[in-house]
Amino acid sequence: MSEDSIISLQNVNKWFGEFHVLKDVDLEVKKKERIVVCGPSGSGKSTMIRCINRLEEHQEGTIIVDGIELTGNLKNIDSVRKEVGMVFQQFNLFPHLSVKENITLAPIWVKKMPKAEAEELAMQQLEIVKIPEQADKYPGQLSGGQQQRVAIARSLAMKPNIMLFDEPTSALDPEMIKEVLDVMIDLAEGGMTMIVVTHEMGFAKTVADRMVFMDEGRIVEQAVPEKFFNNPESDRTKLFLSQILNH
Amino acid sequence: MNEITQTRKPPVATTGILGWLRMNLFSNWINSLISLFVLYILIQFIPWILNWTIFAADFKYNFNGEEIINREMCSRVLDPENGGACWAIIYVRFYQFMYGFYPRDEVWRVNLSYIMLAVAVVPLLFDKFPFRKHFLKFTYVFPVIAFFLLNGGLGLESVSTNKWGGLLVTLVLGCTGIALAFPLGIILALGRRSNLPVISMMCTLFIEFIRGVPLITLLFFGMVMLPLFLPEGVNMDGLARVLVAVTLFQSAYMAEVIRGGLQAIPQGQYEAARSIGLSYWQMNMKVVLPQAIRISIPSIVNTSIGLFKDTTLVIIVGLLDLLGIGRGALADTTWLGLAYEVYFFVSLVFFIFTFAMSRYSLYLEKKLKTGINMGAD
Repeated sequence: MSEDSIISLQNVNKWFGEFHVLKDVDLEVKKKERIVVCGPSGSGKSTMIRCINRLEEHQEGTIIVDGIELTGNLKNIDSVRKEVGMVFQQFNLFPHLSVKENITLAPIWVKKMPKAEAEELAMQQLEIVKIPEQADKYPGQLSGGQQQRVAIARSLAMKPNIMLFDEPTSALDPEMIKEVLDVMIDLAEGGMTMIVVTHEMGFAKTVADRMVFMDEGRIVEQAVPEKFFNNPESDRTKLFLSQILNH
Repeated sequence: MNEITQTRKPPVATTGILGWLRMNLFSNWINSLISLFVLYILIQFIPWILNWTIFAADFKYNFNGEEIINREMCSRVLDPENGGACWAIIYVRFYQFMYGFYPRDEVWRVNLSYIMLAVAVVPLLFDKFPFRKHFLKFTYVFPVIAFFLLNGGLGLESVSTNKWGGLLVTLVLGCTGIALAFPLGIILALGRRSNLPVISMMCTLFIEFIRGVPLITLLFFGMVMLPLFLPEGVNMDGLARVLVAVTLFQSAYMAEVIRGGLQAIPQGQYEAARSIGLSYWQMNMKVVLPQAIRISIPSIVNTSIGLFKDTTLVIIVGLLDLLGIGRGALADTTWLGLAYEVYFFVSLVFFIFTFAMSRYSLYLEKKLKTGINMGAD
């Protein structure tokens, strides 16, 4: 593990039953680095980032997040989850709680923050994602783009050092993708360490410090966006790029 | 306003009473026939039932104006053609139906408990109730107060539970059974879904065993076998033993109902809760259970109604609940043969409670549907 790595995956292997999803995955992420992970479906990219906050368990290799190694130790897992925020494809907001309650839930219960303070914090986060006026609505009353922004605000309220995005715009209608990407670009410019699984190549070109291409459970290629898009090394990458860029 | 955006009134034939009749009762000839038939039956029976239960019925006095003290004085025995129900049997034994053999001097304690039960339950059921938070504090301490009030202690004269009876026993069994089984059921449901094999297996075994056994068997178990498990010298009250059996029985059913609700919660809810750092219990208490219980409300009420009625089985082990008192009344030679009245009355009391529960569940469903859109999309 290099000195300034905040996330380090070494030789990570994972199986779903007999199926080998992650094969010898090595990845180093520096502080404030923005990584975009892409690859065909089933290539293990979601599984990889889900291993980083232990929503999935890896079977071999080491994962170290912010100096904490992920093992069966529940205390470690809890402290890692406090450091790492995650945004899901399906938003996964809590439908029985209002927007504000969705955001204050973890600060109040995990960080034991007083309610008034947590609500103030929630309003700050909603300002960041540009929907403070929706604070008292329920998730079911919001559009997909608004829900995803609430989900981002909910993660940010725990003041994470790292944000993981698992195809955050894949479930959105086209006209709502931009509002979510704009929020993510703001975050990136604010210096957040981010790993984003996405097919939004425009977004990747704008914010990524490094592209990671995965196929069949392996990291096939890693490069800065300019090189990745214009001059990829592997044939597999070239094929993938030609398929998603030329349509 | 231009032509296109102008709204028109719907055709007359689809609105109002006539429209409703046409749509719902006479939409085609089969429906019309059925409607007329049902109407005929209602016209035939409703007046007869009203007449028998109310207009021609005796309450305290018979048609000669004498106070009824035995079955021979009932109008319907004196004049089988015209006499209606003889409610005097209920009137005379009303005290027993409500309180069993609870001492008359102490009966204020039962009445006070009934009133406090209402004060404890109503704010629990309606979340818009004024000062609900403060009332709920009372709801939590109510069981303790009720226990001392009914049972005695703390300066109150002790009233042995074998003197309790009638509606009192029915309500004590029903309310305590439902109230205790609910949290127990939640724990069992979570346990059954636990990742820890030992806990999951124990909960599954418990649930399947209890569900596989008739309630009567459990009641006998409570009566006969439970004392064997207790240390020597500890004498467990009869009612308490039955309560244990009823609670275990109900909690197994409740667990399965809640497990059904838990299964309807998408995996994403668990992942989101975990990803923001909630612990297992926080995740369940704040995210998963509120949604799961909401989904299960109809079934929860359903099993609760079932239990409330099943409490009548305690007659088998010698407790006199409402139905037990009724059967006692029927066995009394002075009132022999008034079975219709007794069973009608007992049914009516049960119906009032179960119908209220069923209405409440409908109200909740409606409220939750309109209040919050549960679907994410």
